[in-house]
Amino acid sequence: RGGGQLTDVCCLSEIKTPARSSEISSSSSSGAMSAGTPRSLASSGQKNIQDIRHPLCAAEESASSRSADALIHPGSGAATGGGEKDLSLPNGTPVDTSSPASSSSLLNRLQLDDDLDGETRDLFVTVDDPKKHVSTMETYITYRVCTKTTRTEFDLPEYSVRRRYQDFDWLRNKLEESQPTHLIPPLPEKFVMKGVVDRFSEEFVDTRRKALDKFLKRVADHPVLSFNDHFNAFLSAKDLNKRQGLALLTKMGESVKYVTGGYKLRGRPIEFAAMGDYLDMFTQKLGTIDRIAQRIIKEQTEFLMELREYGPVYSSWSSFEEELHDPLEGVSGCVSNCSSALDELTEDMSEEFLPVLREYVLYIESMKNVLKKRDQVQAEYETKLEAVVFREDKKTPVPTDVEKCQDRVECFNADLKADWDRWQNNKRQDFRQLLTGMADKNIQYYEKCLAAWESLIPSLQDKQEARGETN
Amino acid sequence: MADSGSEEIAVIGNTDLTPSESENNLKNTMVEKGTSLLKKMEISVAEAEKRTGKNAVNMQETYTVYLIETRPVDAASEGTNPVPDSLWRRYSEFELLRNYLLVAYPFVVVPPLPEKRAEFVWHKLTADNMDPDFVERRRVGLENFLLRVASHPVLSTDKIFYSFLTEENGWKETVFETGFQAKADSRLKALNATFRVKNPDKRFAEMKHYGDELQSVISQLLRVRARAADRLYGVYKVHGNYGRVFSEWSAIEKEMGDGLQSAGHHMDAYAASVDDILEEEEHYADQLKEYLFYADAVRAVCRKHELTQFELEMAAQDLISKKQQREELATGTVRTFSLKGMTSKLFGQETPEQREAKLKMLETQIEEGEELVKERKTECNEYVKSAWVDIERFKEQKDHDLREALISYAIMQISMCKKGIQVWNNAKECFSKM
Repeated sequence: RGGGQLTDVCCLSEIKTPARSSEISSSSSSGAMSAGTPRSLASSGQKNIQDIRHPLCAAEESASSRSADALIHPGSGAATGGGEKDLSLPNGTPVDTSSPASSSSLLNRLQLDDDLDGETRDLFVTVDDPKKHVSTMETYITYRVCTKTTRTEFDLPEYSVRRRYQDFDWLRNKLEESQPTHLIPPLPEKFVMKGVVDRFSEEFVDTRRKALDKFLKRVADHPVLSFNDHFNAFLSAKDLNKRQGLALLTKMGESVKYVTGGYKLRGRPIEFAAMGDYLDMFTQKLGTIDRIAQRIIKEQTEFLMELREYGPVYSSWSSFEEELHDPLEGVSGCVSNCSSALDELTEDMSEEFLPVLREYVLYIESMKNVLKKRDQVQAEYETKLEAVVFREDKKTPVPTDVEKCQDRVECFNADLKADWDRWQNNKRQDFRQLLTGMADKNIQYYEKCLAAWESLIPSLQDKQEARGETN
Repeated sequence: MADSGSEEIAVIGNTDLTPSESENNLKNTMVEKGTSLLKKMEISVAEAEKRTGKNAVNMQETYTVYLIETRPVDAASEGTNPVPDSLWRRYSEFELLRNYLLVAYPFVVVPPLPEKRAEFVWHKLTADNMDPDFVERRRVGLENFLLRVASHPVLSTDKIFYSFLTEENGWKETVFETGFQAKADSRLKALNATFRVKNPDKRFAEMKHYGDELQSVISQLLRVRARAADRLYGVYKVHGNYGRVFSEWSAIEKEMGDGLQSAGHHMDAYAASVDDILEEEEHYADQLKEYLFYADAVRAVCRKHELTQFELEMAAQDLISKKQQREELATGTVRTFSLKGMTSKLFGQETPEQREAKLKMLETQIEEGEELVKERKTECNEYVKSAWVDIERFKEQKDHDLREALISYAIMQISMCKKGIQVWNNAKECFSKM
């Protein structure tokens, strides 16, 4: 079964991401298999990809005596099947495999593994299982955040908590505050125009989920940010209390307030100016690509509308033909298949391509803001330095205040440069993946159409051997 | 000019243009049918040229002429390649020929001409008759027309057709001398008239209905196809914009630059490929159009049957009424109301001499009437017989041709898909090198 599974799990396009948001349930059980829709998928834990059962088989698992596979037991938290050596982390820690993960995050995980160049990862985070919560005050969506880690900074090797967008927003703000020299990954847009976009539609929720997943993964990958206490709290605290975060902040000792204002920067150093220029041009290009993609989707949608009218005409023609009946019906069916394939392509582009593109624009904005902050820090330093130099006639040592500023500038610059390189690298991979994905989707579309037309040819050529008694 | 074996394409044709598979099959079939005309002569419409001249009202006009080439079959198979006989004809002359054939052979489903004006166009094609693409497609259509006529068992024997192919000067006069014009006018009138037939041949009624449905469905198909072609054009062309933006983007990148740039070129290639795709599809549209116009020809044949049937019924009706009149006159009873009868009732009876005269007249009329009915009956029966033969021939041809058209359409789609896969695979490779 192994080979087949491998293909199945890696075939993103065939596996639906879990949970319809319309299912109102505040229980943490994800085992609502009876709903009939493909929901949460079997988790692999830290398993070998070969040992991962086909996700959609999870429902049949219950009484199976087959071992070495992750199972879901609604309500039960324990892994079944005793003695499976596979169900453990590389370092031997037993893993509770009752927390499922979506296949897409599985795949993300695999890809990130590839990207690490031998680095051993010890922190894995996924966001999945969106659920709608209805209370008297409001209705909102929560997502499950699953963490698996060997880091000693965490008390447990595994966590599963529920968070809402607000919580992510809080986290990001905290990260920006506490790590101002670092580039914090962006979050999907906070505000959505009610009435224009349905905040509870499956598409919107799923798009948002993917962006939140990406956000946490980027933080988890960051050598500095991932060790942030707020991040830790976000991942592990049962009930994320914002006051808890505040307490953490004060515990951290000297509050690092880099927020300065009102200092005028003479000029950005060349390398940072180059970064700024690049970001501006890159934003522009992304904007253009976004517009082109939208235009293509529009044209494809209109083409699809015509196809939907075109195919049935062949059908109605076939209704008053004898010998041509089957060929004409065949053509009609073919056109219909092509229509479905095109529909899928357009949907994929809308839901997978565009959101990632747009999120990058937000990422660029974050980066620009970090550059601005850096400018501010440098400006403060330069101003203070000037003031000192200006007053300089006695040989007094440089005041510690100015020295601290200089330190800050140097620290910031170093952090920023490191983050920039990391960001560039990630950007390259992200776009490679994005564009390759776009090419793949188009190839799949044409392959589906090709198969349809090719299968039609023999039936078109096959003349009815025996003409009926009529005529 | 192309050489061809005796069994193969009996058409010289413009070899720069690659005919589609189905065109070839079509011509093959025509030759296999083997009319005596095609057995001895190869026919083609080789070229098109623009001319200017004075028209009937002495005004300058620009028009296109087409070169008809004929070559004896034997010469080609002997290996020698003599210069073919040729003459130039305008579209209007083709029309004249066809109108003549319609009148001379009303029981034949006469092959249609390519459209006079470009219809069912999608936005890129101009509806301009001078547009070179349109002229080229028309050239192909005219050749097709000639071949269809030449391969028809009845039409191919027509002398006027033969001289159309071989005699440049004076052909028009020859046609007019046949006096078909007069018949043409009455034919047109009859076809457009509304009349009710009591007992049409069921098969013809069904065939006429079929013609209506065929025309309606093909019109719809062509309309939607044109709109879809328009949209497809848009989809492909917009991808060309990716080419430009990838190029600009690659300028600000280091490692990603090359991959992006080359991917951009593939996007340009993708955008450009739609022109050929849609040109091929026009060929499919032309095949459909031929049968759209054929539907009209079928209806005309069915209409003609109705007309002959109607005339028979009219004659029969007239005969019956005359016979009745005679009976009434002879017996003195008035069964049917007639103004004459009433007036004679009111204003007095006729004299026996008058009655005698009338009776005699009626007798002659009845005799003539019976002759007429006999004539018309024969005419009707013969028409039904020969027209149905041709309709059967047409049905078989239609089934064959349209099936071939659908096959070549599917092949076209397959080719388009394969090209798409190739381009995107190329782009994907470039992306993966980013």
